[in-house]
Amino acid sequence: MKFTEEFRDPEIARKIIDRIHHRSRKPTKLMEFCGGHTVAIFKHGIRQLLPDNIEMLSGPGCPVCVTSVSDLDKAIALSALPGVIVTSSGDMVRVPGSSSSLQQARARGADVRVVYSTQDALGIATANSDKTVIFVGIGFETTAPTIAAAILQAESERIKNFQILSLHKVCPPIMKTILDLGEVKLNGIICPGHVSAVIGSDPYRFIPVNYGIGCVVSGFEPLDILQTVDMLVGQIEAESPSVEIAYRRGVKPEGNRHALELMASVFEPDDADWRGIGIVPDSGLRLRPEYRRFDAEANFDIKTRPAIEPKGCICGSILRGVSTPANCSLFRQVCTPENPIGPCMVSAEGSCSAFYQYGAEIAE
Amino acid sequence: MKDDVILLAHGSGGRLMHDLIRKSIAGPLTNPILDKMDDSAVLDIKGKLAFTTDSYVVKPIFFPGGDIGRLAICGTVNDLSTTGAVPRYLSLSLIIEEGLAFTDLEKIMSSIVAAATEAEVKVVTGDTKVVDKGSADKLFINTSGVGKIPDGVNISGANARPGDKIIVSGTIGDHGIAVMSQREGLKFNSPIASDCAPLNHLVAKMIKAGDIHCLRDPTRGGLATTLSEFAAQSRVGIQFTESSLPVNPAVAGACELLGLDPLYVANEGKMVVVVAAADANRVLAQMKETRYGRDATIIGEVIAEHPGRVIMETRLGSYRVVDLLAGELLPRIC
Repeated sequence: MKFTEEFRDPEIARKIIDRIHHRSRKPTKLMEFCGGHTVAIFKHGIRQLLPDNIEMLSGPGCPVCVTSVSDLDKAIALSALPGVIVTSSGDMVRVPGSSSSLQQARARGADVRVVYSTQDALGIATANSDKTVIFVGIGFETTAPTIAAAILQAESERIKNFQILSLHKVCPPIMKTILDLGEVKLNGIICPGHVSAVIGSDPYRFIPVNYGIGCVVSGFEPLDILQTVDMLVGQIEAESPSVEIAYRRGVKPEGNRHALELMASVFEPDDADWRGIGIVPDSGLRLRPEYRRFDAEANFDIKTRPAIEPKGCICGSILRGVSTPANCSLFRQVCTPENPIGPCMVSAEGSCSAFYQYGAEIAE
Repeated sequence: MKDDVILLAHGSGGRLMHDLIRKSIAGPLTNPILDKMDDSAVLDIKGKLAFTTDSYVVKPIFFPGGDIGRLAICGTVNDLSTTGAVPRYLSLSLIIEEGLAFTDLEKIMSSIVAAATEAEVKVVTGDTKVVDKGSADKLFINTSGVGKIPDGVNISGANARPGDKIIVSGTIGDHGIAVMSQREGLKFNSPIASDCAPLNHLVAKMIKAGDIHCLRDPTRGGLATTLSEFAAQSRVGIQFTESSLPVNPAVAGACELLGLDPLYVANEGKMVVVVAAADANRVLAQMKETRYGRDATIIGEVIAEHPGRVIMETRLGSYRVVDLLAGELLPRIC
């Protein structure tokens, strides 16, 4: 198979692992920012293959997980309005809000539909011209350009009953926030692959400059991740932090100009509410004033009560890399993929879900 | 046919219903036991019997490589086969949503007949109901079946012993991906066909070739779930290697795209076999000679350590526990 088998070659993997063992000496704490990396690391058993002095932490890069309870409550409130169809990704539907989930709202009669893309949501809007179709837009810079394209399409095709609830977030500000919090003393960051395909690697340059920490952009195959760890180890041992790209087949330093322009033409920076972290300035995206008519939050008067976090859930501190699922008293006992309490157990990219599915101790 | 769709009246017990059953359902299935048209079939079997039932609600009802009719026969035939039984007689119940096209029903009935003929089983009793629009989705089918267990055969998920070898009869994940490729909103072009097939002849050959301890068809939940069940039932550990798993490259590609793991994707024409080590190669060779076992391969073995756990050696040489499927993959796959 093209482009997967090549990046899983056991012999090449062995060589990289040997090299890491040979040259990694300092205590090393690396954070993989992206949930996709977390899953790949668990699925391929990569932590086991690394020397004991390298510790891997999972970061806040799971779009479903970082959505705040209050934002979820807004989506649920929108679904309760008459004449509204809420469209959303499958994971989002299952995340518990303060007192309900979109899934429970649907069971009580709300029209909530799972879609795989904004194109599906636009299709639903065209087929239901008497209803308002609201797409719950989550995700980082990877998905934001596709939402921007959908807005422009809705405009050019005069689809008037399509709106979005923009819960989009962007990566560099939250990386800065995590580093400023200083709760985890990181030595290197495994930067997201798909996000960087859009924004490039240049936006991470402040990290080595201001924080003295290296950044390497990684792909999602085992060899990508091992190569990334090896490059970070090289930087750490040489004490020369910089921004590098291991995922060269997908990422250029300047990013994807077309996608960036598309995003900037429709969205502008906004403060965003992150689960477990709170409001982070300019870390979200809202529609520009000329597209405000597509903005569900601006067009509907939605009232939500103060958000209630699930009791005992530590998703917030897991997202900051401070805790692991093993530290959570609910994990595996109360909180399971069938009965998720927090978002990190719902999303396929969440740390708790990955830990649950792949992280069981063999000797247990 | 005067009307081109099935109406509620076709299920009302009157002349329309009799015509439907006679012409479209019982007619194609004809055999002496069914043709008596009594309320119960009378069977004459001596010895140990296996008895099983299953309902089929797959969506869509036609998919590459099969349809709900073929699935309903093969699924029950395969469930009987997992005990080593020789499947003999099946029941067939149809729950039809009004509005189903007659041509669709005819297509499904002809694949039921073809699958039953291939498996050498007879449909000897059945039932037909028609429900109003929205009360079912096109067609639901239930089949039950009985089969005779040959003397001396003792196959159970609880029989795995340390040292036994584990064989998979062919590529994994084909059925699940074939059905998913047809789903609304997920439609993608793929060359993948369902592996849906009756495996009783394959199983009969295997039983002759060696000492089979456990057999199961890895349907919902896939290979990972079946191995976990064996490990739990037999209180043993199971270890296999990722690189030995037979996966069609198109299935592997689709799984990458959809974020799925072929280990958890449903099959409808595969067997997972736990066999005494001394007989493993002989059983494997026999399997490879058959149509549905030609890609069979040994993937691992039963171990005494870690009872109840399934452990996979990844391609990179690390080890991880393979657990039951967490959460839902996709509903209504069979």
